[in-house]
Amino acid sequence: MKLSAAAIVAVCGTATLAVLPLAVPPYYVGLMIPFYGYAIALLGFNLLFGYAGLLSFGHAMFLGIGAYGAAILSGVLGVKSFELVLLTVMLASCAMALPVGALCVRYTGIFFGMLTLAFGMLFHSFLFKFYHLTGGDSGMRVPRMNILGLEFARYNKIEFLAGPFYYYCLGLLVVAGVVMWRIVNSPFGLHLKTVRDNARKAEYLGVHVHRFRLAAFVISAAFGAAGGAILGFRVGLADPELVYWTQSGQLVFMAVLGGFSNFFGPIVGAFTFTLLQDQLQSLTEYWRFVLGAILAVIVIGFPEGIAGLAADLRRRIAGKTA
Amino acid sequence: MTLLLETRDVSKSYGAFRALERVNMAVHRGELVSVVGPNGAGKTTLVNLITGLIEPSSGEVRFMGRNIAGVGPVELADHGLARAFQLIQIFPKLTVADSIAAAVVSRQKKRWRLLSRLSADGEVGHRVREVADIFGLGHRLETVAAALSQGEKKLLDVASAFALDPQVILLDEPTSGVSTADKHGIMKTLIAAAERAGVKGIVLVEHDMDLVAAYSHRIIALSEGRVLADLPPEQFFADPHLIETVIGKRRGH
Repeated sequence: MKLSAAAIVAVCGTATLAVLPLAVPPYYVGLMIPFYGYAIALLGFNLLFGYAGLLSFGHAMFLGIGAYGAAILSGVLGVKSFELVLLTVMLASCAMALPVGALCVRYTGIFFGMLTLAFGMLFHSFLFKFYHLTGGDSGMRVPRMNILGLEFARYNKIEFLAGPFYYYCLGLLVVAGVVMWRIVNSPFGLHLKTVRDNARKAEYLGVHVHRFRLAAFVISAAFGAAGGAILGFRVGLADPELVYWTQSGQLVFMAVLGGFSNFFGPIVGAFTFTLLQDQLQSLTEYWRFVLGAILAVIVIGFPEGIAGLAADLRRRIAGKTA
Repeated sequence: MTLLLETRDVSKSYGAFRALERVNMAVHRGELVSVVGPNGAGKTTLVNLITGLIEPSSGEVRFMGRNIAGVGPVELADHGLARAFQLIQIFPKLTVADSIAAAVVSRQKKRWRLLSRLSADGEVGHRVREVADIFGLGHRLETVAAALSQGEKKLLDVASAFALDPQVILLDEPTSGVSTADKHGIMKTLIAAAERAGVKGIVLVEHDMDLVAAYSHRIIALSEGRVLADLPPEQFFADPHLIETVIGKRRGH
């Protein structure tokens, strides 16, 4: 996708999200907060999956670092600034991703997937079993924090989430999107793509295959932690469920649903999944069955996901008008 | 003549099997050295040793005066030794421009630039267009590699290796998979490109004896892991016994 087309998509998307609170009930506005959390996490996840060709089944681990980090910093240590929390959990996530990634990126394909799954399950067990440290199945409370140094004391939680925090998260997504756009279109991003396409050839062109995979893993972990902190802030709780392997599977689902070979695909996936899950849950108790069926249809019929489908439609329309 | 690349008494064993036995070879500045031999002679092992992919069991591989045994392809690329594979190796989803740019980025040591826009880097863009033009791919810059013809894919594979500005390039059967009619055309393009790119030496691994005869300055014949002959082409092809031993009936005369 050319920059101009991407810029149009980005501006239109941001504008739509910016006017959304004016057009829909507060319930749906609040629903957008997990969308922002997942979208930011998925930007990182897709650097690893879509650009480096490594499919992680343990990425929820980094969501957990974000949420639990926020709980410890704000709930235990009394840090009030959400920006400071974000920065700290992102750094902590990078520190954890370094040794885990160094082991995992030595493998590719199913072996990489299984190793990340194993580390994710280890982390989940730690959170679940070390009750006195992590609160076990009760999790840890994430108190309300200040954003940009402002307390917004006169807003109750729902008003705060649907108002200032909504726009704050939109701003974070824009910043995360711009940073990731720069990364994937940088010399580093190009080398990552060569590693995905043909690692042997890439090595002979001077590409540090393992180091680049590790760098992508660490960067994706930082984005994951930022997303996790938002998710924890929204519910006011860091819960071990957030780290369970099904959450990692959910991230994969969102990326595939939106289309992992398109820059905006994961964001589209997070948006669609959040709305779809909410609607299906209110319609039927068999909502997981329906989600599974949708995933099967996407993989078989539209492997490029929703974003790929949209790009295809755009090409066809352009072809007809030309 | 300046010595660029040499192996000194290089041996490689896999258990009891000796793939190479005390092989000595040298490539000097301005030379195109062909390595020939029947299947199983040790050509692939020798190529993998020279390109740092595997370590010798004994002996040394020296490139520009330093021991490069087992250093790995990335460091070798940084030192100025490039390799083009026998089977076409491309990045299927990348455009021609990006495929070449990957090597240019390595060469210009810009690989760790995480936030700078590659498309705005005039230095990289200029070099990409230069290399693409040399290989006749200038009009295909925005084409995805997977959509190229077989011949163009081969050219792109080699072009990306040339974009490293190597001192020495190792061409492993560069015309395999190319029609007989196109073989000489490809070889001429490659040699002209090497001259324009400032490549100082070429190692050619080739089965096609017509190409070997036409373009080599020296021919190294391997058989059962040993060097059988290291001769200029006129002496090599003047020895029917040598040809029979090394090539068998492959040449057809």
